[in-house]
Formats: sequence, C-alpha cells, structure tokens
Amino acid sequence: MEKYLYTALFAPLISSLFVAFFAARPKMLFTGIVASLLIAISMIASFILLIDVNTYGPLHVTMMDWIAAGNLEIPFGFVVDEVSVIMMVTVTLVSTIVHIYSIGYMDHDKSFNRFFSYLSAFVFSMMILVMSDNFVGLFIGWEGVGLCSWLLIGFWYHKHSASWAANEAFIMNRIADLGMLMGLFLIYWNVGSFQYDDVFASVKGMDPVLLATIGIFLFIGAMGKSAQFPLHTWLADAMEGPTPVSALIHAATMVTAGVYLVIRCGELYSLIPEVGFAIASLGAFVAVFAASMALVNNDLKRIIAYSTLSQLGYMFVAAGLGAYWIALFHLMTHAFFKSLLFLGAGNVMHAMHDELNIKKMGGLYGSMKATAILMSVASVALAGIYPFAGFFSKDKILEVAFSEGAYFLWFALFIGAGLTAFYSFRLVMLVFFGEKEYVKYGVHPHEAQPFVIYALLPLGLLAVIAGFFEHTFEGFVTRLLAQYEIHIEHGTEALLIAGTLGIAISGISFAVFMYRRGGFSKSWEESMGYKLLSNQYYIPKLYELYIMRPFTSLARFAWLKIDTKIVDFTVDLIARIVYSTGQNARKMQSGNLSDMLRWMIVGMIVLLALAIFYRPMV
Amino acid sequence: MITLTHYLVLTGILFSIGLVGVMRRTNLLMLFFSTEILLNAINIGFVAVSKYYGDLTGQMFAFFIIAVAASEVAVGLGLLILWYKRNGSVDLNSLQMMKG
Amino acid sequence: MFEIIAFYIFAALTIGMFGIVVMSRNALYSMSALAGGMIFISGFFFILDAEFLGVVQIVVYSGAIMALYAFGMMFFDTTRDISEKMRSKKIAYTLSVMSAILVVTILCAPLVSENIQASYPSIDNVGNVQMIGIVLFTKYLVPFELAAIMLLVAMIAGIVLASKKMDEYLAIEDEEVEDAKEVK
Repeated sequence: MEKYLYTALFAPLISSLFVAFFAARPKMLFTGIVASLLIAISMIASFILLIDVNTYGPLHVTMMDWIAAGNLEIPFGFVVDEVSVIMMVTVTLVSTIVHIYSIGYMDHDKSFNRFFSYLSAFVFSMMILVMSDNFVGLFIGWEGVGLCSWLLIGFWYHKHSASWAANEAFIMNRIADLGMLMGLFLIYWNVGSFQYDDVFASVKGMDPVLLATIGIFLFIGAMGKSAQFPLHTWLADAMEGPTPVSALIHAATMVTAGVYLVIRCGELYSLIPEVGFAIASLGAFVAVFAASMALVNNDLKRIIAYSTLSQLGYMFVAAGLGAYWIALFHLMTHAFFKSLLFLGAGNVMHAMHDELNIKKMGGLYGSMKATAILMSVASVALAGIYPFAGFFSKDKILEVAFSEGAYFLWFALFIGAGLTAFYSFRLVMLVFFGEKEYVKYGVHPHEAQPFVIYALLPLGLLAVIAGFFEHTFEGFVTRLLAQYEIHIEHGTEALLIAGTLGIAISGISFAVFMYRRGGFSKSWEESMGYKLLSNQYYIPKLYELYIMRPFTSLARFAWLKIDTKIVDFTVDLIARIVYSTGQNARKMQSGNLSDMLRWMIVGMIVLLALAIFYRPMV
Repeated sequence: MITLTHYLVLTGILFSIGLVGVMRRTNLLMLFFSTEILLNAINIGFVAVSKYYGDLTGQMFAFFIIAVAASEVAVGLGLLILWYKRNGSVDLNSLQMMKG
Repeated sequence: MFEIIAFYIFAALTIGMFGIVVMSRNALYSMSALAGGMIFISGFFFILDAEFLGVVQIVVYSGAIMALYAFGMMFFDTTRDISEKMRSKKIAYTLSVMSAILVVTILCAPLVSENIQASYPSIDNVGNVQMIGIVLFTKYLVPFELAAIMLLVAMIAGIVLASKKMDEYLAIEDEEVEDAKEVK
C-alpha cells in the first residue's frame, strides 16, 4: 500500500520536474499531456488509497529522518487517514481536470510549458500539506503552496498588476505565517514533538489559556491562507493569474488549507470552545461581508472570488462550532462546484477575448450552450437548492449554527445564503441571458474546444450528486473526527430547511426577474452604499494609506540612512583600513638597505621584549 | 670571580656596538665590518657557555660560525666588486633599485 | 686573580677597538681596529680554555678575512675620508640603546638551570685540541664535510665574481677550438 502513497505524493513532483526542463522552450503539447497524465495517476492512487483506508484503516509511513538534533526529532512522515484521503481525492481530482482544461486554455500562451511545471509543483506541495503527519511537514507544504501561488498569480510577470498581486498574496500569507510559527513554537515547547499523535495526546492535559493561545496563533496562520478578514484583500487581486490557477488554487485547494488546519487540529479546538466560537463569528462575518461585495462587482472573476471568500466563511463557522466533518464535507462539495464555475468563466473569457466586465457581455447562451448549462448547474449548487450538492452541505452548516444556540450567526448565514443565490444568478443572467452587449464591441464568441467541455463534465456531475454521499461521508470521516450530532427537533429542522430553501429560491428569482428586465436603474450606482461596496469598503485604500505608505517610507529611510550610511560605511571602512595599512606599510619597502636594517633591528627588539615579558617556559 | 654573566654581558655590549655600526654606516664595506663584529660577539658567548657548562658543543658551533663567516666574506666582497664595477659607488643609498 | 685582570683588560680593549670600527670616519682606521679587535677576542678564547678556537680565530679571522678586506680596500678608493650622511641619527641610537638594554637585561637575569646535561662533555686529562678533534671528526663529521663544500663553493663564487672576463661565456668558443687545432 505504501507504493500508492508514494505514487500519489511524488507523481506531481516528477511531472513538475520533467516539464521544468522544457520551461524555456516554446509551447510543446506533450508537456501538457504528460503533466495531466501524471496527475491523473496521482488521482487514481488517491482513489485506491480511499478504498484502502475505508477497508483497512489509516496508513502511516515514515519515509526518512529529516532533523534529529538533540531533543528535536522531525521525520518526513506521511499519514493517510480518513481526513487526509478525502483531501487527497479532492485535490487530485480537481487538479487533473484543471490540467486537462489548461491544455485548451493556455493554447496560445508562449509560456505553456512553464505553466504546467508550476501547476504540478503546486499539486505536489498541496499533497505534502495534506499527507504530512507532523506540523512541520504541514508547514513545508504550507510554504510550498504559498510559493507556487506566487509563481502562478504572477505568471504573466511582465504585467505590473499581476506581479503586484502576486507579491500582495505572498506577503499577506507571510504575515499570517508568523502567527502560525508562533503556534508551532508553543506546541513544541510544551509537547516536545511535532507529530500529530503526540500533540493531540498531550493537549488534554494542558492549561486552557495555553491551549487558547496556541489555537489563536494557528488560526492566524489559517486566516492568511484562507483569506479571512482582515487578510482578505489578496484573494480578489489574485484573479490576475490565469483562470485555471484561480480554479485550482483559489477555489478548491490552497484556500482550503486553512480550513484543513482547523479540522486537523479539531481535538485541540474542541477543548477551547470560546476560541472556536470566535472563529465561527469571524467566519459568519466574512460570509456576509464578501457576499455584499460580490453584489455590485462587475468583474467576472472577482464575483466568483468573493463567492469563494464567502463560502470559506461558512466552512469556518462549521469548524469553529465543532462540526468538523460538516466543514470538510462543505469543503469537498464547494471544491467541485466552485472550480466548475471558474473554469466555465474561463471559457467565457476566452470567447470574449479576455474581457472581464460582465456588463459588456450578455446573451452568450446562444453561442455557448454547454458552458452556460455547466455554469448554471454550478450556480444552483452554490445557491444550495435541493438536490444539488450545495444544499446538503450548506444547509447542514446553518443547522449547526442553529443547534448551537448561536442564533445571530444563523441569521447572518441565512442572509448570506440569500445574497449568494442572488449574485450567482446575477452573474449567470448578465453573462448568458439578456441583451447582447458584446455586439457593440465586435466580439464573435465561440464555444471552447470539445475536450475541454468533456473535462468539465465530471465536475458538473459531482456538483449534482455529491450531496447524496453525505451519510457515507459522515460515517467514514467520523472514524477520525469528532462525532457531531445536531440536536434540533424534527419540526424545527424542517422549518429551517424550508426557510433556507425559500430565501435561496427567492434570491434566484429576484435576480432572474430583475435582470431579465435589464437590471437595476443607473441611479443605484450613485448611492453611497453602492460606492462603498464596489470599492470593497475602501479597505484596500485603508491598507495602502496606513500600512503600505508608512512601511515604504520606513523602508526607504532604513535603506538610505541606515543601510547606506552605516552598514555599507562599516564594510567599506574595513576595506579602506586594510588598503591604507597596506599603503602605509609599503613605505617600509624603500629599497634602502639602511632602512631595512633598521627595521630588522626593530623586529629584533620586539622579539626580545616578548622574550622578557612573555616567557612560556620559565 | 668572573662568572658566566660577565661574559654574557660583554657579548651583549659587543652585539649592540655591532648593531650601531649596522644602522649607522652607509659605506657597504664598513657595513661588512659591523657584521663581523656581530659574529664575533656571538662567538664569545658560545665559548663562554661552553666553558661554564663543560660542554664542547659551544666551541663546535663557534668553529662553524667562523667557517661560515669566512665564506660569507668571500662571496660578499665578490658581489661588492661587481656592484662597484657597474655603479662606481659603494654607498648604500645607491643600492635602491628594489623600491617597494 | 689573573683571570679577573685579563678579562677586564681584554674587555676594555675589545670594546674600544670595536667602537673605533663603528665610529671612525677613516676607512683604514676602521679596518685596523677590526683586526685588533679580532686578536683580542682570541685572547678571550685562550682565557676560556678554548685554545684551538683561539688559534683558529687568529689564523682565519685576522689572517685570511682581514687580508681579504685589505685587498677590498685597495680596490675601492676608500683611503679618503668617508663622508657619510647618516639619516635620522636619533632613530638609530634609540634603537641601539633599547636593544642593548634588553639584551643585557635578559642576560643579567639569574641563570637558573640545574638540569643542563652536557652533550659532549670535556674530559679533564685530554687537551682541548684533542677533544675538539675527537668530537669534530666523529659527531660533527657531516657538518664538517658540508662546511668544506660550502667553502669550496664560496671560493669558486669569489673567483667568478671578481675576475675580469669571468662574466663572459666561460667555455671556449668553437672557433677558438678550431683556431687552437690549426695553430698546432
């Protein structure tokens, strides 16, 4: 069984390294095919491991010792238990589809090969993250996905906005990683080991305040990766990268790493319910916050990005309130329909020659039937309509909030569900139905190549049926994670489900109704609320004014005054001292024998003095 | 009583005189003289130590120093003659070609 | 008793002579004073029961080396007074005074050494010359041979350096061989 583990882990690495040889060459089709094939192999291995874990239980492997220094022992170990195998399957499935999609999407790009290398490297880092059995391996994967995200967001590096967005993403992640590192240090200091088994065995005996501190620090790390407020601005800007990147990284995998962390440390978080509640509250806030910004945005990919942000909030609510398996379930289903949405949006962008403004689209249903259907399916799943996948997972989260007695959270999520439905269908209506605005710009859209559509079909299928696996999923995952039972009376539960469905359907119908008639009037755009939302609550501006500018001037000061004047000066001083000593000592070599004889006598006197005052033997 | 210390002090004084000569003289030939003084002073020291410890090693060493001094003078004077033939002067300050 | 008198007389004379060598402006006086100093040093050797060395000192130093210096003196025109410009007298005298003080300080320190074992101890009945002979030709044979080679080399070097045509090609030219054969 270990060979499946190693295959699943290292096939993406082999793919990345192999394609990297061709990275500087112009497009070679076989690199894409080889990469997709290797990731598919990884996917098959993950599926086999899924069946295996189901039958036999978890699989622990220690590949080799990495650090063994004094008391610190960190091996390269991997564990395939229920949680990690679910993550592996999700990641590899979406990655395979994204790779196949990219063969079509990056068709005319001259850095075709480099893209696949980076993409496979990302998959490898993510696999390390989810398969590692200690916190340090997780951190390695964490940093790896951060790096690959930077490489991929800034893929078109000659575009200034793209490289800026990549830096923003990386730097924000780094700031959050500081919190995570503090958490890791505290863990090591109090437990003495980084292995999950050891840590979770000893958390039961720890001081609650210490546990709360560790939990908060680890969550700060998760906040950066999963773009919770206030470290959320990078996710919207990350749309500068190619669409497959957004689909893979910023919908399905990297941003869920934070949720994975919280789920993995479930045993720790269940001992500190106050911190969990704080996490849940932040999650609910983000859910509504992001949904509100998506309401008025006109950028195709940004709307979907805010939608991701919102759904991440949902996941954190579930994880914070202790319903870890529900959070994992929503993570999985969300991965399917969100990546489908992004890939469909990629098709639309390609058809519209990389146009992103949805106000300039409309009526594309006629030319792009397959994409339209797939995106509508994904949007319905996102909105949470029975029997699509989103209904099962999202609804469960609302029930969790209700049963915990957190009625305010439930209400926030309830409103969020309505907003989600509304903006999803606003997107669908403005892009695929309504007036054909694109004619004004002389664009002739056409559907994507057939193999791309076929690649998207599995995702569409999963978006539909994944919800029905809920009970199997629960049974499977709760072997490792905590059981969570929702204690609501049957009548109330039915009422809740009806209410959620109701608001979702009303959101959809409102959107369809309004946009069929041409949308809202222009006067809305003048109102202050609209301005606030479309400028993202002016938060990026705030960051720029109060964080970036002072920091830049501080950096400039440090460079000009400290680095140049002090550090460089000291280094130059050393060089100058050496040089001037040489210059002065040169005068000894005058060539005049008399002088040299005198120097000889000086040396002799020095030696004699040494002999008197420093006598080692007497 | 003349102890070893007397002889060694004498050696020291003679050695210093030799040093003065080395530093002071700018005529190459006089420089050679001063070098001879140095060597002789050392010889006295060696033989004195040899006498007072009853060891013949000091005398052997002085013997070899005399041999070396002789050959040194021969070669040194030969070089001096060559230099004089080329430059016409035996002054130390004219010997400054290897300036650093 | 005699020893003390002899020591002090010879010491004074030697220091005086060497002082003249170093300070005098007349080259001839310096050279003569050097020769005198050598002789007095051999006097010291005789006091110290190193008769062989004393004789060697007179023969080699005062005889051979001073003769060499005398010939050198004749070669250069040094009978005139040497006018030397000494640069920075102060430095020279400071250095020499310091070194004198240091050396004397070192040497005046009480010599504490009971554990010195003589490597080649002198036997009482045997004379100094015989002792030196025994040691020189048994224990110090190799340095003796090397010294001999060194003297040979020095001699050849001296001849080559000083002789007139020696800085030219030393071997006979081919034409000269032919000439020599023809003349015959």
